[in-house]
Amino acid sequence: MSANSVALAYLIAAVLFILALKGLSSPVSSRRGNMFGMIGMAIAVLTTLTITQNVLYIALAIIVGGAIGAVVARRIEMTAMPELVAAMHSLVGLAAVLVAMSAFYNPVAYGIAPLHTSNLLELFIGTFVGAITFSGSIIAFGKLSGKLGSKPLVFAGQHWLNLLLGLVMIAFGIVFMFTQSWTPFLIMIALALLLGVLLIMPIGGADMPVVVSMLNSYSGWAAAGIGFTLNNNMLIIAGSLVGSSGAILSYIMCKAMNRSFFNVILGGFGGEGDSGSGGGAVEQRPVRSGSADDAAFLMGNADSVIIVPGYGLAVARAQHAINEMAELLIAKGVKVRYAIHPVAGRMPGHMNVLLAEAEVPYDQVFEMDEINNEFSDTDVVLVIGANDVVNPAAKTDPHSPIYGMPIIEAHKARTVLVVKRSMAVGYAGLDNDLFYLDKTMMVFGDAKKVVEDMIKALQY
Amino acid sequence: MVDPVIINLTVFVLAVVVGYHVVWNVTPALHTPLMAVTNAISGIIIVGAMLAAGPEQIDAGTVMGLGAVMLAAVNVFGGFLVTQRMLAMFKKKNK
Repeated sequence: MSANSVALAYLIAAVLFILALKGLSSPVSSRRGNMFGMIGMAIAVLTTLTITQNVLYIALAIIVGGAIGAVVARRIEMTAMPELVAAMHSLVGLAAVLVAMSAFYNPVAYGIAPLHTSNLLELFIGTFVGAITFSGSIIAFGKLSGKLGSKPLVFAGQHWLNLLLGLVMIAFGIVFMFTQSWTPFLIMIALALLLGVLLIMPIGGADMPVVVSMLNSYSGWAAAGIGFTLNNNMLIIAGSLVGSSGAILSYIMCKAMNRSFFNVILGGFGGEGDSGSGGGAVEQRPVRSGSADDAAFLMGNADSVIIVPGYGLAVARAQHAINEMAELLIAKGVKVRYAIHPVAGRMPGHMNVLLAEAEVPYDQVFEMDEINNEFSDTDVVLVIGANDVVNPAAKTDPHSPIYGMPIIEAHKARTVLVVKRSMAVGYAGLDNDLFYLDKTMMVFGDAKKVVEDMIKALQY
Repeated sequence: MVDPVIINLTVFVLAVVVGYHVVWNVTPALHTPLMAVTNAISGIIIVGAMLAAGPEQIDAGTVMGLGAVMLAAVNVFGGFLVTQRMLAMFKKKNK
């Protein structure tokens, strides 16, 4: 194909990618959107195949990689989505570095020889963003999958070390631009890899939704950066779409935790020994506790129930049970809805997928902002596997470390049921006033076991 | 003749603006599928990788290109298929 027809085919593919993202504005249009995305990618790949020579080898590489991807996509558990996404970011990062190295090795193949200073600058940027994405995502993957501890690794002078490394890396990048030699290029890549590790290590488990979103963004910018080097609009457009998507998700996650982006990136949260206000001795306050049967009785006689699930629900694998319980309640004429906090799962929107997997209809599932006004008019709230996201201290106690964080206003309901293993504190290491309210009843036990007992009680 | 850098920059800025508006319209319930599908789309690096693997003469450059093609293919297939799998789970109540 001529260069012009290739460019036009890329344009079609780019429009299809935009439609793929646009489809996600509602579950109804999303499946068709994903189909558009696949068609767009097929067009981009097949078009590129017509202007390459080693078609056989390339096809083989696509088949091998594609087969691995397809098997993983089929087998992966929904609770493990954050790990999968992190692993895939690292692949994009590494691919970007390889493409950049190959472009520098043989610029003629891309029609960009001789390399201008601007090419070299773009090459430099695409490469280091790719390298940071690669190593950072591996660390994020390790933390999410539990292979590395999720505790933040913090040491004195960390930020200065990172800054220094960053500056040295840029210095080698500049040397590379002027000398056009391999040594500074490779040193620059090595430093970027190290920087990726050091940047993600200090970030704690609770902040992983931000990190995953941020690396998502980086993987897009890396692709776009390579696109600049190769003067390839396809890479620039698709990379920018991904880059802005990840940036927006990072912003949404930060806002949901009431933390600034820099505060998260500089790390050290999510595992502090010191719990801020009060600290030390937690006074023993009386709580009201009840059995699963009592809780089932209260819900069965209510007009409306809102379920507030947290990640603990998924850890206990209680999603299917909760749906079964909800169906029994609905059969009794109770209005059942779910309220989801933006950081309820391990990545943006994770809880929605986990509920969808358990066959919870999506029209019963509401976002925090959509449902918060409804609590004062609700008979029973069932909080299950969630803690910090329903802590009223975020609204009332200016000394609380989570003060200002948007919460699900469960405390406004007439009766609050909380299913919890014990009185242990949540991620932020805080006690929760919600548990001590007069209208609150604690149901202690494993979430799945408790919900199964509720189901039994409701069946009679 | 406009410098290609300027053309690239034009395309880049417009794409970021489009991406910004389209992504804010994505319903929060579908943020995980959004991430999975953007993962697949960032697999577009496969195009650059194929160009790297393209030249007839096999050398270090084409080998690196082929490696990158394989990595990116994992993303492309894995990303789209896992998105499809997730989206198929989102159902309305109609029992």
